[in-house]
Amino acid sequence: MKLIYEKSVPGRRGVRCPDSDVNTKIDIPETLLRKEPAALPEVSELDVIRHFTALSRRNHGVDTNFYPLGSCTMKYNPKLGEQVSRLDGFAALHPLLPQLLRGGMLTQGALQVIYDTGHLLSEITGMDEFTMQPMAGAHGELTGIMLVAAYHKAMGNKKTKVIVPDSAHGTNPASAAIAGYSVVTVPSNERGVMGVEEFKKALDDETAAVMLTTPNTLGLFNTDLPQIVELAHKAGALMYYDGANLNAILGRARPGDLGFDVVHLNLHKTFATPHGGGGPGAGPVGVREKLIPFLPISRVVKRSDGTFALDYDHPQSIGYIAPFYGNFGVILKAYSYMLTLGREGLIRVSENAVLNANYLKNKLKKHYELPNDRMCMHEFVLSADRQMKNGVRSLDIAKAIIDRGYHPPTIYFPLIVHESMMIEPTETESKETLDAFAEIMIELAELAETNPDALRNAPVTTPVSRLDEVKAVKNMDFSLPE
Amino acid sequence: MPYIPHTDAERKEMLGSLGLDSIDGLFDYIPKSLAPKSFDLPKGKSEFEVQRRLQALAAKNATELVCFVGGGFYDHYVPAAVDAIVSRSEFYTAYTPYQPEISQGTLQAIYEYQTAICRLTGMEVANASLYDGGTALYEASMMAVRSTGRRKIVVCQGVSPIYRVMLASYTTNLHLQFVEIPVDGGLIDRKKMKAAIDSDTAAVIVQNPNFFGCVDDFTDVSEAAHAAGALVVCSAYPLSLGLIKPPGDMNADIVTGEGQSLGLPLSFGGPYLGFMATKMNQVRKMPGRIVGATTDTEGRRGFVLTLQTREQHIRRDKATSNICSNEALCALSALVYMSLLGKEGLRDVAGLCAEKAAYMRKRFSEIPGVSIKYPAPVFNEFTIELPCDAGAVIGMLIEKGFAAGFPLGRYYKGMENSMLVAVTEKRTKEEIGRLAEALEEALS
Repeated sequence: MKLIYEKSVPGRRGVRCPDSDVNTKIDIPETLLRKEPAALPEVSELDVIRHFTALSRRNHGVDTNFYPLGSCTMKYNPKLGEQVSRLDGFAALHPLLPQLLRGGMLTQGALQVIYDTGHLLSEITGMDEFTMQPMAGAHGELTGIMLVAAYHKAMGNKKTKVIVPDSAHGTNPASAAIAGYSVVTVPSNERGVMGVEEFKKALDDETAAVMLTTPNTLGLFNTDLPQIVELAHKAGALMYYDGANLNAILGRARPGDLGFDVVHLNLHKTFATPHGGGGPGAGPVGVREKLIPFLPISRVVKRSDGTFALDYDHPQSIGYIAPFYGNFGVILKAYSYMLTLGREGLIRVSENAVLNANYLKNKLKKHYELPNDRMCMHEFVLSADRQMKNGVRSLDIAKAIIDRGYHPPTIYFPLIVHESMMIEPTETESKETLDAFAEIMIELAELAETNPDALRNAPVTTPVSRLDEVKAVKNMDFSLPE
Repeated sequence: MPYIPHTDAERKEMLGSLGLDSIDGLFDYIPKSLAPKSFDLPKGKSEFEVQRRLQALAAKNATELVCFVGGGFYDHYVPAAVDAIVSRSEFYTAYTPYQPEISQGTLQAIYEYQTAICRLTGMEVANASLYDGGTALYEASMMAVRSTGRRKIVVCQGVSPIYRVMLASYTTNLHLQFVEIPVDGGLIDRKKMKAAIDSDTAAVIVQNPNFFGCVDDFTDVSEAAHAAGALVVCSAYPLSLGLIKPPGDMNADIVTGEGQSLGLPLSFGGPYLGFMATKMNQVRKMPGRIVGATTDTEGRRGFVLTLQTREQHIRRDKATSNICSNEALCALSALVYMSLLGKEGLRDVAGLCAEKAAYMRKRFSEIPGVSIKYPAPVFNEFTIELPCDAGAVIGMLIEKGFAAGFPLGRYYKGMENSMLVAVTEKRTKEEIGRLAEALEEALS
């Protein structure tokens, strides 16, 4: 398909700019102006609409069909959220307004949304206070580790390391390293989780924090958790909860009760805000009481008269990690989701997410290797090792799934399972969808035996077939030359 | 239950297939002792009730104020077609394009966006986006630190104070040295700037137009930085680049900025769009996703995420950044906006902003007691000096229906009487006139 630049016709215009009503010339000297206008496309509004509509049809979203991309929680994104985030009273609101004298009273609705959302998340997770500023999950991780660092510094602790299990998302070690820590990786045991013995070997007085995803990326709940928490706290380390998989335990366990000190959540996973093709998300961070002084500023507080205000008076705060109050438009969507589902709905989320995962796992385990055959939480990891004997990799299976109209599972993550396929159905999928997907997966397992070549050529139904990634690296073609 | 399709009969059947008779059996791995101590949340509500509640909250915010507040975040007009496109759920309900064959929509859009950012900034390569202008500036600083192996950063005080405090937060434990250079007449103090740049300097950070609204040509600063082996980082206001000389032409090495002006609503602070562009020789040091063109097995052009060995999911603690999700949908908004305005349209909008600012600056200079703080040229924002506390005056003008500007004393000591005023293509001559009259009245 042509690029928008390749559809450009010199002189063609899209939207019209208003006429000037001031009759004044620009008073910027010629030397400070650009010589040529930037070579943006010259297209009509309809050209634009047709172009991007055509592009949208080359995408697979949750609204297109089942999207069991493990670890990403691709659940349905309620349309109400889209609508409320576009209300003029929110969308047109300038973020500097509450920082002006008398401006705070003119932004009470927005401040309340931030305040209420933080409080709902505190109750859901058992934490004492949240900051809504982090703009993505990884951004929440970095914020969380900065809080850990500020805490240890204030306590006079000399801490240099962060412990991360080998099943963790890559963002965990990256966030810890960027915050200035060295990373100690702990291998998973034969049960697929970080065991106490392995953990003890890694833990020492210089451990600042232990970052755990619970349940972990294999979809397993670590039954040794209480012991790990106790050992970590004894060593003066803080427990960090990566909330990527909170969807599995809503209403069943709370990170705060489990002994975690810092938590980040992904509103675009558990709280149903759309993933946007790779953002915007939101990664609020919750902490136990002893870490509250270090939370970012500004903070939204409720005054005794019931009004809301921004509060900056926290001398131990790590400071500003976002320009304002976080991805407000995303926070609104999560807020309306929580209000809609309420207590019983949120409990139902984890129940049905775990039910769907186990139901699907049960249907597939005869046909694929299942490295950890036990009750899983909201997702499970299969291996294509059996299919590999016929030269069929998980990549080939993923591509063949595409030809059958579904989004493939996450492949080659977690790294600790060979030829992995990580499947997360989410609670918003019906039994029929799971049955239909299982049939496809079973058909593909059979095809791997009978006609492996058919899988290796997939996909054949898409606008492009498999793409040459080596060539992309070599050519380094990142933009269209003028 | 909303959004959850299972009937009770289906739940029972599915549990039965697992040999379970109750849902609790699924959670046996969580010890009973770990059950929530509390889960005290409100009861669920109907869509209508939630909608009404959110409408009521929205109504408590004053969006009818005539907005002259900028500070890096502007009330520009967003054409209807932008929202029409980003509301297509094939875009917004997808995730990061890990499977390129069914993600060509997102991938091609990002490639087109990268192209637009390069052309606008005069740079060679752009990434797929970062969270916002502030985190983009932090990432650029770290990129310069990695690239040069040095730890000193020289930053002009004309760089947004909002971004400078963010930079300070992120780098607290990283043993970097920051040197701040004041402005002189609204522009970079050349003498102090050049004196501060030395062989320890990793980055020189400037902003153009700067926080005070002034437009500069920092080519000479780039020359001094390059002579010392430092990189030049420029934070830019992308819409202004429709008109003013791009940072690439002033030899910046990394250009970052806030993309909100390119078709994104103000939305009380986010989601916004951090953009970043650089030279090809720095591309492997760049954080974030990058899309590249390639071909499929039949020779057709297609797009993939590329140079991924820089990234956290491959390199873990050795990655250039921890970023994963960025602001892809906001980048799409920016691309659609730039396509709708096009080559001439972006220049026209930027030109209109500059004309209105010129008019307004002249009009304000005629108000008794008001003076123009800096003589330097401005784009769409400028600084005025009042005879009294600017914050208090702004408070008075809010009562008259104006978000009149931003009090610089909030971030700059000794500038308590200074006020930053911005104008966009949306503001009319009549509104400017009314604000001028209200200001005159407030001062008298």
